[in-house]
Amino acid sequence: MTASPAHHTGSALALENVRKHFGSFVALDDATFEVRAGTVHALLGENGAGKTTLMRIVYGLVHADACTMRIDGMPATVANPSDAIARGIGMVHQHFTLVPVMSVVENIALGSRGRLNVAQVAKRVVEIAARTGFSLDPWARVESLSIGAQQRVEITKALARNARTLILDEPTAVLAPAESTALLRWLRSYADAGNTVVLITHKLHEALAVADDVTVLRRGRTVLAQPAATTSIAALSDAMLGSGAERTGVNGVASMTGRSARTHRENAAIVFRAERLSLIDATGVVRVREASFDIWAGEIVGVAGIEGSGQRELLRALAGRIAPSSGKMIRPADVGFIPEDRHRDAVLLDRDLSENVALRGAGIRRGVIDWTSVRADTRSLLQRYDVRAPDSRTMLRALSGGNQQKLVVARELRTAENGQHHAIVAENPTRGLDVRATAGIHARLYRASEAGAAVVMYSNDIDEVLLLATRVLVTRGGTVHEVPLDREAIGRAMLGTS
Amino acid sequence: MLAAIVLGAALLLFVGGYPVGPGLRALWFGSIGSWYAFTSSTLVRAIPLMLTGCAVAVAFRAGVFNIGAEGQFLSGAAAATALVLVVPTLRLPAPLLVATALLVAMLAGAAWAGIAAVLRARFGVLEVISTIMLNFVALSAVSYLVRGPLQEPTRVYPQSSTIVEALHLPRIPGAGRLHVGLVLAVLITGSAGWLFRHTASGFRLIAVGESPSAAASAGRIDVSATTTRAFMTSGALAGLAGGVEVLGITFALYDNISPGYGYTAIAVALLAGLDPWRVMFTAVLFGALEAGAGAMQRDAGVPSSLVSVIEALLILAVVVAQAVRVRRISARGITLAAAEDA
Repeated sequence: MTASPAHHTGSALALENVRKHFGSFVALDDATFEVRAGTVHALLGENGAGKTTLMRIVYGLVHADACTMRIDGMPATVANPSDAIARGIGMVHQHFTLVPVMSVVENIALGSRGRLNVAQVAKRVVEIAARTGFSLDPWARVESLSIGAQQRVEITKALARNARTLILDEPTAVLAPAESTALLRWLRSYADAGNTVVLITHKLHEALAVADDVTVLRRGRTVLAQPAATTSIAALSDAMLGSGAERTGVNGVASMTGRSARTHRENAAIVFRAERLSLIDATGVVRVREASFDIWAGEIVGVAGIEGSGQRELLRALAGRIAPSSGKMIRPADVGFIPEDRHRDAVLLDRDLSENVALRGAGIRRGVIDWTSVRADTRSLLQRYDVRAPDSRTMLRALSGGNQQKLVVARELRTAENGQHHAIVAENPTRGLDVRATAGIHARLYRASEAGAAVVMYSNDIDEVLLLATRVLVTRGGTVHEVPLDREAIGRAMLGTS
Repeated sequence: MLAAIVLGAALLLFVGGYPVGPGLRALWFGSIGSWYAFTSSTLVRAIPLMLTGCAVAVAFRAGVFNIGAEGQFLSGAAAATALVLVVPTLRLPAPLLVATALLVAMLAGAAWAGIAAVLRARFGVLEVISTIMLNFVALSAVSYLVRGPLQEPTRVYPQSSTIVEALHLPRIPGAGRLHVGLVLAVLITGSAGWLFRHTASGFRLIAVGESPSAAASAGRIDVSATTTRAFMTSGALAGLAGGVEVLGITFALYDNISPGYGYTAIAVALLAGLDPWRVMFTAVLFGALEAGAGAMQRDAGVPSSLVSVIEALLILAVVVAQAVRVRRISARGITLAAAEDA
């Protein structure tokens, strides 16, 4: 599949046969991408579809396993960002790359070579500001600027290096609605003046409002490439999320699908109850606003939501790792928690396996630890959960990622299997794992729910949510809604197109 | 390791142009080559090193970089001196007074560390910086005390009055100047090692030191309380070392009462891999090196700074050996993971 060649304008950027894998994870699988010069091109896809990786390859930050690239029609290789800049490509990252304590001018001068002529750089900033219509004080310290202004500094930085093709990674994710509109309008005029824009986004209405062409990636493949005028939100949403038929056979636990009619509710106890629950993150931003829901024993509640929609805070509140800022939350005292960032939040890399098992509940344990029984316990967990490790005294670091995750799952689920406690919260529990390890962890979560535990699971992958969940909650912009077990309905609720 | 010490010492003596034979002889007989030197010199120095080494191990294990054992040692020494010189008027029985003095030394050390602990917990002040600064403050405070409130009555010498013999820590019979402080140090350091290995609170401390985020999330451990507790315990141990030194060896407070025990303690603890049980041995090793250094200077005219160089080289060698070991473990881990992916 290639981008529409029907127009007469030349191609600013063309990529073919792009492959990239990280370990056993295939990020890009024969992706294709072509951008016409003088257009705004929206690059769409779910989290993890490969959008950012593809653009990082263009900018020289990631090296593809295989890739044919042409810039302005000429074959090109980009080894590092300097190469990309030399070819007129600029990138504005999702997380800004500015030095907060430096002035706008100093930030823009960073990375240039030779003697620093501040006055000259300042002149250039003023000149670019005049051309773009950005209001920027060249001498302001970056940390004193609003997020929107910092983004304009990033754009100015790219323009100061003579970028003719601008790549922006989710630029509106951090902006207020009015700022977003202004930015999109500016991008449009920038392209109309003969430049090229690649806009990475997962907001469909934004793509259709501003872009000339759209490309959709799904699981590292290009699944749609056509002019924006000839497509629709429904078509794009289908392309991003895949049709229902594709998901059979994706995971090894097909026998578990189609059991969503399970009704545990009749006699089941309420395990979690949120009443007008609001959550504030560490930086003071309200992430969940007045959410109310119940979760019963024996359910697997799938949570779906695009990045930053409040799902992370919601899961942490259910797991008891953050406290509600207002409203009420009833939850069991002891909730098994399988966090997304295993190395940061779940394990001690340089301690042995039995110590990692003992870590759970270490905060309330008193007196002497009987390590002999902890070791015996660990050995039995290793066996029952198929963790491949020489023995319980092996350092955790020596295990592969999949086996580390199996140990975390074993530790957090063990009491649920015994029926001792009734709640598990899992965040992307199979991220980075191979098919077999994934199937094993799915089976464990399923069995825990069968044994009467309430399981809450978030996944970036809607298929994974659909495979396991008996009920789905979608988070969007801080609200929490229950949505029918239907991939289209979930997708619409996530993206706000319903 | 002994071979490394002997070889290193011989090489340095040779390079420095000092007589190798007499130098080594002095090192040997001044440290562990004679019973008198071993007990009255080596073990006497090992006592404060063991307690401060244990203090550093406890803090470092919890991820608290307490460089302030020296200052905590000094505040313990000053507090114990002040108590025994002032309180005899209360007519407490001697053993009770000695015990109280040691307790007060611990409290003083904990309080001195507590300043840095509170600064860290409340304002995020780096303890490396605050504890070093507090060392200087403690040093100057002792200097002031021995020229002011605690100066001996004749007001001639910059030191406190001598503590009466009834309040000295009892000596161990047949072992020269060696006092029961050794028993205390071994008991305390031994139980610290046992706490690390076998108790929930010891495990919490290790977990927090390894990964505060995992300790908080997976272990539901109160990280801030755990580190503060470890920090103050560390200070208490260093303070106790100061009290024991005053009541067991110096019998008075004066400038330079510590020849840098609190700093050597860092080497003692690191060489022991932060394990209190091994601290018992590395403390004796460093005690022997320092005792031998004194003898070399006295008997063979070798500057004791040369021995400091040997100590430093020894620590470097151990640090390198540990780094190599860690790399081998992770290399093994990678092969393990790769073998299983295949």
